[in-house]
Amino acid sequence: MVRAGGVTLSFYIALGCLLLMAPIVIVCVLAFSGEGYLRFPPDSFSLRWFYAFFGDTRWRQSLWSSLIIALIACGISTVLGFFAAYAYLRGNFRAKKAVLSVLLIPIIVPHVITAIAMYFVTAKFGLVGNIVWIGFCHAVVTLPIVVLILLSSLQSVDINLERAGLSLGGSRVYVFRRVVIPLAFPGIMSSALFAFLASFDELIISLFLAGVRSQTLPVRIWNSLHLELEPVIAAVSAFLIAVTGLVLAFDMLLRSLRATKSTGTDGSS
Amino acid sequence: MTRTAHQSFDPGLLIIPAFALLILLFVIPLAWFFVGVFAEEEGVSAVMHRFIDVLSAPGIVNALITTNWISAMVTALTLVIGYPIAYYLANNTGWRFALVLFCIIVPYFTSVIVRTYSWMVLLGRNGTINQALLSLGVIDAPLPLLYNKMGVLIGMTYVLLPYMVLTLYATMRGIDSNLVRAAYGLGASPVYTFRKVYFPLSLHGVVSGSLIVFILAIGFFITPALMGGPSDVMIAMLIERAVEITLDWTSAAIMSVALLAMTLVLYVIYYRVTDVRRMMGA
Repeated sequence: MVRAGGVTLSFYIALGCLLLMAPIVIVCVLAFSGEGYLRFPPDSFSLRWFYAFFGDTRWRQSLWSSLIIALIACGISTVLGFFAAYAYLRGNFRAKKAVLSVLLIPIIVPHVITAIAMYFVTAKFGLVGNIVWIGFCHAVVTLPIVVLILLSSLQSVDINLERAGLSLGGSRVYVFRRVVIPLAFPGIMSSALFAFLASFDELIISLFLAGVRSQTLPVRIWNSLHLELEPVIAAVSAFLIAVTGLVLAFDMLLRSLRATKSTGTDGSS
Repeated sequence: MTRTAHQSFDPGLLIIPAFALLILLFVIPLAWFFVGVFAEEEGVSAVMHRFIDVLSAPGIVNALITTNWISAMVTALTLVIGYPIAYYLANNTGWRFALVLFCIIVPYFTSVIVRTYSWMVLLGRNGTINQALLSLGVIDAPLPLLYNKMGVLIGMTYVLLPYMVLTLYATMRGIDSNLVRAAYGLGASPVYTFRKVYFPLSLHGVVSGSLIVFILAIGFFITPALMGGPSDVMIAMLIERAVEITLDWTSAAIMSVALLAMTLVLYVIYYRVTDVRRMMGA
């Protein structure tokens, strides 16, 4: 197929890949700059901006806020999303596709609207800046991600294994715990990773709900970008990119695990 | 199979907790926000008047036009740039496929604020691109690449491109390459084959990809707010300003209703033409 305009296409793809990766690579390089201003390529390299990031109590505080909020959002959305995806695949209810599309709406609705509506209610309850509350609110937008990932990965869990467990006298709960969850585990883990990442990187909802005391990393970046392009932002960005890289690497590991697991199932069924 | 009480519970019921979260923290806040704000006005006709006033104010009309124009441009740009990339992904395997997919996936999962910041560093007055062009002697004065429409288009196209590529790829992966071979075998030229065989087969992906990019673009806030100039105001930015700066909750609610309506109408169309399970290119 590549023969149609082979060289041109390959050249275009190479250029495209370069442009896609360049911004990310350049920011990562700039994070190690030894200078006080942003210049690429830097004349000298150092870790001073990482020291500036991790050495500053306000940045560290933001890191903690981001981490705790993301863990809460990840925990809630993974459990509820797993139940929902399982219900979608195994349950018998009407208008399944419509029900699913409603569950996915938080991805589609502009986050500004979601955030303002949540802020409206949050302010009434005096919960602005409450980390646990923000985690719950993030769970609303990370839930659809979990559902989407699990819908595709749970499909490889063989329904016959569940039927076998049930017909051998296992209760639904027992089969769920001993058959479904172990088989679905790699998928659950990768959906949890992406839910964590989505919350960790979320800006708009945090911007409205964080107040002054619980600013997350993205919120702090946002606030600094309105002032000046400080090099410390490059270090924080590089850190966030590294987190993305870690999540993707773990996901790849889990995928290979899932591949061996599902071939194992196929062989036995 | 005998069914005892605890075995007969329907797995479908497990969808309830997710809906409970959605209703408590999404539907109720939205409803409360709209009802609460509009209840402050004196009666339904007063609300209607406010709607007409707000939505016909020149600033907001302009923002709506800008929003749709930028979103349409970004959709077209992602389509034109993304189509060959998706085609390449669908027709290659091994390391080529893995490398190109890697270059799509890494930006896709990188924080929007980080990606926007990266482009600000590249496009700024003293940014990487201007520095490079100046030192090469291509230009005498820095080009204005940031804080204008150009900046917004570049930034948003970059952020939304992966959605387009992954949606197109999902469709192209299913195209039977024998059909293309058959066309060649019958003597069709590559251009003719593309126009009459491949492109029509990929049209479903083109439509779904364009819809999802347009839907996400009209609600965009971070990138245009940071990369745009004073005249590149999108509707989501006006909503944020109404709440944060002018404290005009009524205007914010009215603009939100308009934006929400646009989004939901497009989502219904999207739901009709595509499989929502493919939404994020999964």
